[in-house]
Amino acid sequence: MKLSMSRRILLATAVATLGFASPVVADGHKMLDSVHFLIPGGAGGGWDGTARGTGEALTKAGIVGNASYENMSGGGGGKAIGYLIENASSNHGTLMVNSTPIVIRSLTGVFPHNFRDLTLVAGTIGDYAAIVVGKDSPVNSMADLLAAYEADPSATAIGGGSVPGGMDHLVAAMVMEAAGKDALGVKYIPYDAGGKAMAALLSGEIAALSTGFSEAVDLANAGEVKIIGVTSDERVSAAADAQTMKEQGIDTSFVNWRGFFAAPGLPADMLESYQAAISKMYETSEWEEVRARNGWVNIHNSGDDFNAFLEEQEKVIGDLMKKLGFL
Amino acid sequence: MLEGLLLGIQTAFSIQNLLMVVGGCLIGTFIGMLPGLGPMSIIAIMIPVAISMGDPSAALILLAGVYYGAIFGGSTSSILLNAPGVAGTVASSFDGYPMAKKGQAGKALTVAAIASFCGGSIGALLLMIFAPALSSVALLFHSSEYFALMVVGLSAIAAFAGAGQVTKALMMTILGLILATVGEGALFNMPRFTMGLMDLQSGFGFITLAMAMFALPEALFLVLKPRSSNSAEAGEIKDLRISRQEAKAIAPVIGRQSIQGFFIGVLPGAGATIASFLGYAVERNIATKKEQDEFGNGSIKGLAAPETANNAACTGSFVPLLTLGIPGSGTTAILLGALIALNVTPGPRLMIDDPQIFWAVIISMYIGNLILLVLNLPLIPYIAKVLQIPRNYLIPFILFFTLMGAYIGQNNATELLMLVGFGICATAFKFANYPLAPLLIGFILGGMLEDNFSRSMQLYDGVAFMWERPMTLGLLLIAVGLVILPSYRAHRASRLSAKQ
Repeated sequence: MKLSMSRRILLATAVATLGFASPVVADGHKMLDSVHFLIPGGAGGGWDGTARGTGEALTKAGIVGNASYENMSGGGGGKAIGYLIENASSNHGTLMVNSTPIVIRSLTGVFPHNFRDLTLVAGTIGDYAAIVVGKDSPVNSMADLLAAYEADPSATAIGGGSVPGGMDHLVAAMVMEAAGKDALGVKYIPYDAGGKAMAALLSGEIAALSTGFSEAVDLANAGEVKIIGVTSDERVSAAADAQTMKEQGIDTSFVNWRGFFAAPGLPADMLESYQAAISKMYETSEWEEVRARNGWVNIHNSGDDFNAFLEEQEKVIGDLMKKLGFL
Repeated sequence: MLEGLLLGIQTAFSIQNLLMVVGGCLIGTFIGMLPGLGPMSIIAIMIPVAISMGDPSAALILLAGVYYGAIFGGSTSSILLNAPGVAGTVASSFDGYPMAKKGQAGKALTVAAIASFCGGSIGALLLMIFAPALSSVALLFHSSEYFALMVVGLSAIAAFAGAGQVTKALMMTILGLILATVGEGALFNMPRFTMGLMDLQSGFGFITLAMAMFALPEALFLVLKPRSSNSAEAGEIKDLRISRQEAKAIAPVIGRQSIQGFFIGVLPGAGATIASFLGYAVERNIATKKEQDEFGNGSIKGLAAPETANNAACTGSFVPLLTLGIPGSGTTAILLGALIALNVTPGPRLMIDDPQIFWAVIISMYIGNLILLVLNLPLIPYIAKVLQIPRNYLIPFILFFTLMGAYIGQNNATELLMLVGFGICATAFKFANYPLAPLLIGFILGGMLEDNFSRSMQLYDGVAFMWERPMTLGLLLIAVGLVILPSYRAHRASRLSAKQ
């Protein structure tokens, strides 16, 4: 009796798992039969959420008949990139999700490949970066932070959830550089995850935090932290009080994008149909639901625009990394 | 607060939410019992199910149930097969597995279930009373204190070594620390010691190493030395009874470890693993000389301590998650993602804006722990029968789950090669009578030790933090005490025996 009980649980779990993976019946305007999403990291991460959310919107809206997902971690994402390039001809039905680190890690040589070795499909969503301080901090604006930095660089430690030379560090350095300060002198303290860096800010270990806007917005609205600068061109509605860097005379902007890549040598007609499907997705209520649920910002760059965007980002980041001595 | 609490009780006791607790606990214990599978992958898989329910209280109650259910059930594979599926239950195998080998599998599972229940329930009680005040405790620790806490953990390593094995234990710890340096640390933007292999860039996987150190050598041992490991079938494994004397012995352990484990769990940088190791080490150090010799050889106290501590810590980790919106571990990070997807913002305003969610989750933890106990106790005789399965059938089963555990979640076939490679090395170590637990502890603590140490160095431009921060100094002094105390005791004992 007891044993059959656990068997039933297993069965129920299996049914539940199958249940949500099965394709949703589409109602007309189907543009693609199936898409296979390659996720370069484990289950539960940011890439995983982006691929599964996009797949969910595409299938529920009936644009794509069937979506399947494959997690391939290893090498911080490099393994999946290598796999897609080496097995290009058999992977025309595959879309790989990726984000800003592909630019940074290709520059440092951690990835032997870069985005030019892949077919660029589209950048779909993004998150701005933000500089954040604790609620009790005397710092209320970038000007205050810059003054504090000028007065005592060593006591003005800026933390972040990435390695030195990683995204959060580069954003902090980029802001300092644009404000005319010495980007090399920034005391950057790395944490192994954004959450732990936020805990360090709240505990007073660091003076300021360089992080993703979406990671800070809830705590800012709860009054626990102050966002003193956002790297967007315009203010973001989720935290309308937070000033942009540009408003404060610091001419810099940065987007941590997420988007999709396909195997090299993908036939042009297939590329077009992927891009058309993604463009169509933005008009659907299913996508709006997924986007709102995850707090993503639509930043759509398709094809050549995506290429130009990546080239520009690579140049800005590359110059900065050279200056900081990471290249 | 009282109003919120009543609202929470009402929410938690609705039919739907009671079903969620039962369902979550069932799935959690079942998955947790399988070697190599932890709460993280199953929660990640269940998130779409939870989100599609649309009700944040129900979703969080379900996912929390899976989480502590998995920690609850995780001890089963540690005790019966020496194959911990979660880092938090590694310490449970130190004495749980020897107990099972002595033919006390039923008793070991009962102790684990009761200790888990007490740890979880006392944790939930502390969470209910102190959660609002505890958010500041969670922020008390800076990097330098985390560094000192890891030193305390490492200094307790002697507690994990058998008699006369301290040197061997130290060597294995250092090997573990060395293994922890492989891969891209949080402090360098270049890979270290990866030999150009992309698969090593993120370092060695914990599950892979844990399986290779514990489960694989055990299975291989059964093949290579069939006679010596036959004892499991000898005893009366179905005997669940704990004598009054044993109950008296573990009651204070459970009391202490519920509180200690809970507070360690509250710290965002520590968690259930550190809590269980420290719980084990502390209880061994304060035990009498006679009891100390039993630790590692099937001590009932040595099993109760980590089992209580890891469940209490698991409950404690909800403090920073719910009151600050800060995840302290991979599992709570996934839970945070699920909450945000459900339009619930964990943080200081959760208690005010959504009191029914906040309190319902805490109340559901009591119900969940009770359900887990009621579910598990009657099942123990049947679960313990796993050991009666003939070796020819049991070994392939262990090997299958070991390999599956290393593969699932990462989906990286190279992990399997590493698992087998490390497994063979570990078997050789086992034959040479080297303890394997210190290696794994060194590996787990090593990364955090290094990260926190170099962060503190950067923040203080040197090592001044060691004496400038009183709490760091205090923890480091405790560490020194943990190193000196056992050798002082041994010294005194030898002098006493010399006099006689």
